[in-house]
Amino acid sequence: MSTAILRATAADLGARIAAGELTSVEVTTAFLDQIERVDGEVNAFLHVDRAWTLAQAEAVDARLATGENLGPLAGVPIAVKDIFCTQGVPTTCGSKILEGWLPPYDATVITRLREAGLVILGKTNMDEFAMGSSTENSAYKITGNPWALDRIPGGSGGGSAAALASFEAPLALGTDTGGSIRQPAAVTASVGVKPTYGGTSRYGVVAMASSLDQPGPCGRTVLDTALLHEVICGHDPMDSTSIDAPVPPVVEAARSGDVRGLRIGVVTELGGEGYAPGVELRFREALAALEAEGAEIVEVSCPHFSYALGAYYLIMPSEVSSNLARFDAMRYGLRVGDDGVNSVEEVMRLTRGAGFGDEVKRRIIIGTYALSSGYYDAYYGSAQKVRTLIARDFDAAFEQVDVLVSPSTPTTAFKRGERTSDPLAMYKADLCTIPSNMAGNASASFPCGLAPEDGLPVGFQVMAPPLADDRLYRVGAALERALDTARGHTLLDELAESPAGAYLNVVEA
Amino acid sequence: MALTPQDVRRLGALARIELTDEELDRLAPQLDVILEAVASVTEVAADDIPPTSHALPLTNVFRDDEVRPSLPQEAVLAAAPATEDGRFRVPRILTEEG
Repeated sequence: MSTAILRATAADLGARIAAGELTSVEVTTAFLDQIERVDGEVNAFLHVDRAWTLAQAEAVDARLATGENLGPLAGVPIAVKDIFCTQGVPTTCGSKILEGWLPPYDATVITRLREAGLVILGKTNMDEFAMGSSTENSAYKITGNPWALDRIPGGSGGGSAAALASFEAPLALGTDTGGSIRQPAAVTASVGVKPTYGGTSRYGVVAMASSLDQPGPCGRTVLDTALLHEVICGHDPMDSTSIDAPVPPVVEAARSGDVRGLRIGVVTELGGEGYAPGVELRFREALAALEAEGAEIVEVSCPHFSYALGAYYLIMPSEVSSNLARFDAMRYGLRVGDDGVNSVEEVMRLTRGAGFGDEVKRRIIIGTYALSSGYYDAYYGSAQKVRTLIARDFDAAFEQVDVLVSPSTPTTAFKRGERTSDPLAMYKADLCTIPSNMAGNASASFPCGLAPEDGLPVGFQVMAPPLADDRLYRVGAALERALDTARGHTLLDELAESPAGAYLNVVEA
Repeated sequence: MALTPQDVRRLGALARIELTDEELDRLAPQLDVILEAVASVTEVAADDIPPTSHALPLTNVFRDDEVRPSLPQEAVLAAAPATEDGRFRVPRILTEEG
């Protein structure tokens, strides 16, 4: 029984809870038990409070019992990245500087989850302040990739992706500043969507780089992810960059998967040297599958994408150096050296020195440098111009095609520790995902196979124009249907049934 | 070399981050490599290209100027490292030199 619950889709669980065949308490208990069984090895969660979670499930069951209609995901549990403020529940953002902090309010996205009757299972591990591509920059623990525990689960949302792939949660929340939803999805064979910038509210999300940050849905299937997308997206007056427009018809697109006549552009610059052979192979196979489904495949050049990584690593740190000034040891969080002698400035310096990890320090220093007098024009100014060029590349491309595609990452999951002493090598994990953050358009990663050389998941990235998020789901659903039908099962089912996934203990007896 | 350990110490001071000698020795060469790599942006940043600071056009968003409930004082002070008389207590702001 509990194995069937763990393996079910969120859509199915929601339907069975609504039909009275299952209760939210039964479903939630199954996932809490799975977390208890396997999270000692996976380390996806930073905070789980069984009593708090079960109380939410009981409350949803009570609401449903009165006949209240809460929508298709009512009663379904969800894992939440530790970057979202949850009232009275620890929110660390993976940093020692926020250890023990209990936010006094909920993020808008969290409020939306509660209104729709979703049940929060706990807070998931992440790179400190969402800075990283491996979740190794967390100040608390290292998360394993459920496919191979000595491999990275991607980052910064490695905890959320690992929770999905280890059947600890049917849904998860992430945030994406340069790929932190899509890259973890790619390396774990899950689905991750970065909505159009402004599509989801950033209110109550700990800020990293405000012009790039975007919360988004993560799931195991395209439809599940679309259902979550619909719950969390939409206008919020508390975020001045929130778009006041209807949410694109993502669920309808995920149910249809009709790509007949859709023009798909392969980005020339996102492939070739530096891309693993197995990644390119599975990417090409996915293209062929979409073509067989009726899509038209063409090649499109976006010449300035090659400069996106450089521009990103100037713009993002500049915004980081400004945003993280709020951690000043005065109103909340860590305070070090308050001995009655040290001045406020010394206390700030000592606190930030002790509370921030290496990557956060690197980025604040780069940002401080890029914004400093005498260097501003050459660094930050040039990067902003490159941002214009990238947006123009997208505009020109979207005049020719409906969506753009590429591999989600150049390689599969690398080994733990492999890139920690080489920041630049780590940054390259986000080579394909960064352009969409720079231009603000919608983008997603869908599983497209296992690389033959290492048996690890490969992600297929789809990029759509702003507010055309539904096209992502249309392509994702077509791909999912075509590849899973040909294979006879999903990739995560394959993990569950394989010797490598035996420790997950999710095979029906 | 674009950044020396001395530069990094100065930038750390500007950003109010205390850095140990060991951190300076470790971080400075890494930062130098990163800066060298990102400098490629200057190759295409011609004078006639306008800068973009934000993905979508931004406009000021106003709401009606009306009184709304805010968080209670206790909730705001609950997470403070130190409080006194219902306020945040902070270390001294002025140094000996004033």
